[in-house]
Amino acid sequence: MAEFFNEMYEAGQIRAPYARLGDWTEAMPAELRSLKQAEAEALFRRIGITFAVYGEGGDPDRLIPFDMFPRVFTHAEWRRLERGIVQRAKALNAFLVDVYNRGEIVRAGRIPAHLVYRNEAFETAVVGFTPPRGVFSHIVGVDLVRTGPDDFFVLEDNCRTPSGVSYMLENREIMMRLFPALFRENRIEPVDGYSEALRRTLASVAPAKCDGEPTIVILTPGPLNSAYYEHSFLADLMGVELVEGQDLFVEGEHVWMRTTRGPQRVDVIYRRIDDAFIDPLCSRPDSMLGVPGLMDVYRSGGVTIASAPGAGVADDKAVYTFVPEMIRFYLGEEPILQNVPTWQCAKRDDLKYVLEHLAELVVKEVHGSGGYGMLVGPKSTAEQVEAFRERIIANPANYIAQPTLALSACPTFVDEGIAPRHVDLRPYCLVGDRVELVPGGLTRVALTEGSLVVNSSQGGGVKDTWVLAE
Amino acid sequence: MILTVHHSTRYVYDQPVRGVVQSHRLTPSLFDGQRLIDWRVLVSDGTAGGAFRDGAGDWVASHSAHGPLSEITVTVEGQVETVDLTGVLRGHRERVPPEAYLRETLPTRPDVALIELGREALADAGRADALERAHLLSVAVGQAIAYRPGATHAHTTAAEALGLGEGVCQDHAHALCAVARAQDMPARYVSGYLHATEDGTPHEAAHAWAEIWVPGLGWVGFDASNGCCPDDRYIRLGSGHDARAAAPIRGIARGQGRESLDVTVAVEAAQQ
Amino acid sequence: MLSRTAENLYWIARYMERAEKTARLLEVGARISLMPGAAHGYRSEWDSILRASGMAECFARKYGDPVQRNVESYLFFDLDNPSSIASCIGQARENGRVVRTALTTQVWDALNTAYQELKELARTERSDLPLSMLTDWTLRHGAQLRGAIDATQLRNDNYDFLHLGYFLERADNTARLLDVKYFVLLPRVEFVGSGLDNYQWTTLLRALSAHRAFHWAYGGEVTAAKIAHFLILNPQCPRSLLTCIAGMSDHLDRLARGYQRSTNVQSRARAILGELSELSVDDIFDEGMHEFLTRFIGDVGGLAGLVNDIYLSGDMR
Repeated sequence: MAEFFNEMYEAGQIRAPYARLGDWTEAMPAELRSLKQAEAEALFRRIGITFAVYGEGGDPDRLIPFDMFPRVFTHAEWRRLERGIVQRAKALNAFLVDVYNRGEIVRAGRIPAHLVYRNEAFETAVVGFTPPRGVFSHIVGVDLVRTGPDDFFVLEDNCRTPSGVSYMLENREIMMRLFPALFRENRIEPVDGYSEALRRTLASVAPAKCDGEPTIVILTPGPLNSAYYEHSFLADLMGVELVEGQDLFVEGEHVWMRTTRGPQRVDVIYRRIDDAFIDPLCSRPDSMLGVPGLMDVYRSGGVTIASAPGAGVADDKAVYTFVPEMIRFYLGEEPILQNVPTWQCAKRDDLKYVLEHLAELVVKEVHGSGGYGMLVGPKSTAEQVEAFRERIIANPANYIAQPTLALSACPTFVDEGIAPRHVDLRPYCLVGDRVELVPGGLTRVALTEGSLVVNSSQGGGVKDTWVLAE
Repeated sequence: MILTVHHSTRYVYDQPVRGVVQSHRLTPSLFDGQRLIDWRVLVSDGTAGGAFRDGAGDWVASHSAHGPLSEITVTVEGQVETVDLTGVLRGHRERVPPEAYLRETLPTRPDVALIELGREALADAGRADALERAHLLSVAVGQAIAYRPGATHAHTTAAEALGLGEGVCQDHAHALCAVARAQDMPARYVSGYLHATEDGTPHEAAHAWAEIWVPGLGWVGFDASNGCCPDDRYIRLGSGHDARAAAPIRGIARGQGRESLDVTVAVEAAQQ
Repeated sequence: MLSRTAENLYWIARYMERAEKTARLLEVGARISLMPGAAHGYRSEWDSILRASGMAECFARKYGDPVQRNVESYLFFDLDNPSSIASCIGQARENGRVVRTALTTQVWDALNTAYQELKELARTERSDLPLSMLTDWTLRHGAQLRGAIDATQLRNDNYDFLHLGYFLERADNTARLLDVKYFVLLPRVEFVGSGLDNYQWTTLLRALSAHRAFHWAYGGEVTAAKIAHFLILNPQCPRSLLTCIAGMSDHLDRLARGYQRSTNVQSRARAILGELSELSVDDIFDEGMHEFLTRFIGDVGGLAGLVNDIYLSGDMR
């Protein structure tokens, strides 16, 4: 792909946010660079942050490549992103409250009923229930790409348990250790308030039955999970217990944690396990990852589960198309961030268009993740395109297609020096008594030249993400 | 009709368990066809937990007991006055949209034979309305799966039961759900009680049937096992996508002990 | 603290101490096998070592006759053997990984380093790994971990559960090693007081890293009575049964104070400690060493059961 937006250089000039980074790279000889890179890697290993992001699985001891060249946003750029993300997070939560109650948006014909109610993620067990403060999705991870100075598109929303935030925090920590001078020269907004903001958010949605300071826990599937490090990292930063299903039990109207002092009541559970595992009484009786009886306690107001069971119906790839409509419907506003135009292969007209323009499009599986099972038309050979065509025709409902976006690129350290590589961004929006996000996020970078796939399982790396102070 | 229910479920563990957690749907539904005169759910051990009316209108009550525990008994005793509404669930308050009951679950997943069964049943239906179609489907399921206790077990799927050609009320209800959903008609599984009939028709006092959504009427019950719609001999407890979701008692014991179960159900009509 | 966290900490210590015991057993076997082979009480010394540690059957099923090289493999590297040093260190590290935030960096480093080095050792040509090197390696890493715990862990309940694990496992191990000597290695009464007898006692002391300490404390000839006193009743000996029970009782009392709640495990530990303090070596010999040790091992097992029920199971009300 020939044309893309370079976040550092525009018409041969360094763009303002990167102004001070030009000198920084010039003052860094190759030897120093490799020393610093080795130091960074050693730090990551020492901390033990070696898990896969976004549920990609793979070797749990694998390091994700860290690129030391930061990605920078100006204050103004960030404020606009922030408003757009907050707007989206509010609309998604309003949608969830609505579809589990009166379903006004469906009655108004603004979204087809079957997309919502026939959705696997629609949880009938919580119909009629509104969680504390009307929040279903307490942590919304919004995946964004940029195509121009003012053009951002939302690729997808993650309303359940978006991972990767520990990278945002650790990348910053490591950059500050490696290059303290950079942080004196540039006024960079801190991200380390995240854990306290998360704790406050979770405390703010404690159930009505909780009097006094709520006890918060993080519920993990256990050390074999690829994001276990993140779970224990967040628990440690927040000063809360990291529990497994076996550590909790239901008795009476509450959930309790097994401690060496006897049972301790739990008020808020930040769960990092999927809906299907929360309560073996409700779904998988064979699974011991969850807590038997938890859903009944939840429904009768004895505990808050974050994100709320059923939140997944808002981040489905088919429902995604309707988020701009949600923003108009619930907030009466125009969307600040655009969706990527999406063709649903399940629809006959869309399928026709997709098959006619296959070589120009990106085609994804509706439920796929990790960058697998997708076709990047312009980057594929004629044979690959034809092979994929067969798969789409065999099961059209399984695919959606989007135009190939010219993802922005950011300077990145490569073997030959510094070169532009394509990036995306996942900021983490917290929703509780207020809606907020720390200035930053996780930038993923496609380390292979020309590649648009930023997933760490396919040659992606991560970068520190800066927001400059005003 | 005034029906008296005595229903007792006794769980015995061959070695003591650390704890038991249960979720009960043991209270009759509130609708025009049922009125509670007296109703009690007693558990031999432990503490009552939270209770609430869920989106499907069912009264859900949780119960927990900590061990060591070798047995636990759940006893239901009560009296209900019932009215024959020819299967129509009139006056039932619920909030789950009917479309939500088009989704298939593991035991109700339609295979080719189930889809075919529905299609054939409706082959001559022409312009018949939804109610008539639902009746046709119920009859077809009742004919395709003969009532025979012991032929199937708790985890038999609708497709397996149809393959066998035999089953019990659970299999009929699963199959009817599967067949109706395949015809784009929302359907759900209902659990409850059935009063013995004098003519000696085989039945189970702890009973299950299906409900199909009929536009204009709402949910209508169909008992494919007995070839009829629920009337005043039936007591409705709760519903769900399949037997597991609608189970009157869902429970898990924590520990190594193996569980054995002893259930007695009696539904009698009061002398009037 | 989560009961599961306490359980993980307790097992880190137990597994590390158990790894040391296995290393000590290996050392006893190697030393005794250097003796001229005339007066064997059993088919072979290695066989008695395996019997003493309850591993004889599993070993025989896998390897057949107890040849030293195979016994070394089985006791050090074999992951099919739950008591092998490799198994124990792997388990200790896994327990540590789960509760990493409850450990200081230094403690985690010590645990993780042992594990990483072990993986290296497993890849090394066996002829480059003399037995003494393997046993030294194990004891060194055990000491490093304990040093890191003492130097860096907060003195909170984490610390108590780690030490409960250490003392409990150590009490059991000392008792069993003593029993090996008394019951297995020298089963026939006519050997008592023989050169072989004394050689075995000395070996046992060496294996417990207590050889020189013993001589400082008692001097003169090595006798069964002195050794029994040293390893059972001497509060100065770091591995004596008395020291171990006193340590347990101490940490249990700290827990009771911290939690403001005393339970029957505290009173039980105090009772065992009281009984031990009153004993003399003569009492022990009157009861019969093996009988005494069997009873003691049962008491320690009972204590472990109480610790589990009260603190680790999470079922306490």
